[in-house]
Amino acid sequence: MSLSQPITKNTSLRTRPWMATVLIVAGICGILFGLGSSIITGVANISFSTVWNSIFHYDSSNEHHVIIQSLRMPRALAGALVGAAFAVAGAIMQGVTRNPIADTGLMGINAGAGFVLVLVFAFAPRLPFESIVLFSFIGAGLGVGLVYGLAYFSKNGLTPLRLALAGAVVSSILSGISQAISLLFQINYDLAFWSAGGISTAEWFQVSVMMPWIVGGIIVAMILSRSITILSLGEEIAAGLGQKTRLVKGLAAVVVMVLAGASVSTVGGVGFVGLVVPHIVRFLVGVDYRWIIPCSAVMGGVLVVFADIGAKMIAMPYETPLGAIIAVIGVPFFLYLARKERREW
Amino acid sequence: MDIDHFSHKRKSRSVRLILLFAVLLLVGFVLSLNTGPYSIGPFEVLQTLLGEGSKKQSLVLFELRLPRMVIAVMIGAGLAVSGAILQGISRNGLSDPGILGISSGAGLAVLLFVSLYPATNMAPPFLMPFLALIGATATAGIIYMLAYKKGHGISPTRLLLTGIAVGAGLSAISIILTLQLNPRNLEFVVTWQMGSLWGSNWKFVLALLPWMVILLPYVYRKANVLNLLSMNEHIAASLGVSLQRERLALMTGAVGLAASSVATGGGIGFIGLLGPHIARRLVGPQHQYMLPITALVGSLLVLAGDTIGRSIMPATEVPAGIVISLIGGPYFLYLLIRTKG
Repeated sequence: MSLSQPITKNTSLRTRPWMATVLIVAGICGILFGLGSSIITGVANISFSTVWNSIFHYDSSNEHHVIIQSLRMPRALAGALVGAAFAVAGAIMQGVTRNPIADTGLMGINAGAGFVLVLVFAFAPRLPFESIVLFSFIGAGLGVGLVYGLAYFSKNGLTPLRLALAGAVVSSILSGISQAISLLFQINYDLAFWSAGGISTAEWFQVSVMMPWIVGGIIVAMILSRSITILSLGEEIAAGLGQKTRLVKGLAAVVVMVLAGASVSTVGGVGFVGLVVPHIVRFLVGVDYRWIIPCSAVMGGVLVVFADIGAKMIAMPYETPLGAIIAVIGVPFFLYLARKERREW
Repeated sequence: MDIDHFSHKRKSRSVRLILLFAVLLLVGFVLSLNTGPYSIGPFEVLQTLLGEGSKKQSLVLFELRLPRMVIAVMIGAGLAVSGAILQGISRNGLSDPGILGISSGAGLAVLLFVSLYPATNMAPPFLMPFLALIGATATAGIIYMLAYKKGHGISPTRLLLTGIAVGAGLSAISIILTLQLNPRNLEFVVTWQMGSLWGSNWKFVLALLPWMVILLPYVYRKANVLNLLSMNEHIAASLGVSLQRERLALMTGAVGLAASSVATGGGIGFIGLLGPHIARRLVGPQHQYMLPITALVGSLLVLAGDTIGRSIMPATEVPAGIVISLIGGPYFLYLLIRTKG
């Protein structure tokens, strides 16, 4: 938080609950609007009344109704869920590590999940999606473990710069191994598409598998939110207030692992959602994680649903990789953060 | 007198180390010549080199292995010295053409060419370094501009963060382009990005050679400037070094070395980081001694990476870049944990 709000000068505990409420209400409207827009956009031109009919007067012989029900709805919903998950994971990491540039993509957690997924593609290509999600958790956990381990063992902790470097290197090691495996098993093409990120393949079945994990993860994150606020003030303060910091950090790590793992197994390597959304939210609602986490969930959903509409529209009838669209938004933001900092990192 | 004595000792030690590494490189070279899917014993290698080998042996040695190894040695030296320059002028031991995004810029230019002219399939060897240079220079320029702050100049940390961000953006663009390639070109691009020494014939040796022959001695002549720049900006300025001009000249050298190496070797990371670091540990920060060791260590690392990659699974070669990042990555993380600040 040192980046957006210096902890000195009493500004650290500023919160704006009314703003948060507005944000959540507006965000939910935004998601609903986005879901609707996402369902009517695509290669086949479908009017809103057809969408309405497909929901309330479903006709399985109508091609449009089938497209809406089996392709567009799960895709839109998956976008919203994944966006919420990445944003909440980013918010938790930023709070717990007190590091403004923490994000599952930048820190190598997505790469960890991807690494294990490549192993699955290579050695057990017929595995059901329920188990793939579990393997994805293991991979995300590997990434979380590496980053936490590095921060734990390094002298004086990791500054934002060193954390960014560590993340970049962890990503490059893990994706190096992934690429080597994909070369040996000739799944290059799959890997390239996977690392580009995209929701186009999401089906109801996948949504139904990942939804409980993501919703559960966000609920646990909300339960932890008070402790994360205290932790974000500094570990000594938190310990002084009688908090079991180790327990909170451990639970937070598990939540990040579940949220990132579930999302990555569905959409592949999408970064920067967890970086951008919590920053904007924190700027608007203040530093209380009881508000930051739900607002991040809603705004993350909005961002990814609309980015996915962009993925469909930009080069119709081809899909533009979602990861690239988000990077185009995220990179300038990262540059802005790098410039804004007055102190030397 | 004591200082004189000390520096004399240091000098002779450095010269000995340079010789030692040159011998090591030679041994590595011979070992690497022996290894591969078609094994040729050391004696037979010698015979073949003297023109007494069988037809198959001389084909494998002269047309396949030798050019590839010469390229490995040049790329290693180029990337490592490029890293040493970047570390010197940014006064940050974690700089490296890969981490600063310069390699991604070079790679993107080559990728653009492959996707715009799919018919030619592969750019002619002499064109590749120039394409890569355009990409790398543009990227270096963008990073420099974005990291520059009026009145504050370039802070080393901002430079690194900006490099990481620009690198991420460029790889997003690369992914979009990669997905539009046909499977054959994709295969080429993906393997190239991983740092396989794909252009392993004498044409590529010739294309790469002028860059190394011109730039490496040029940088070596600037060793003293690098010493000053890496110490302290104010000291350097008070000693009459024209900071901006020298920094720009050296930066150009670093970009040229990195770009030509990346054009031939693809995305080999960590050499620019490890080479200088190991050299500095051995002989200290004096660039006169450090630069030659850096070049030798870099060459050894790439040669070893390529040899290992060729021999773990002879049927499907593991690109040198992957082998090196598997060794270099953990070492980098170790450095990150160990050093303060």
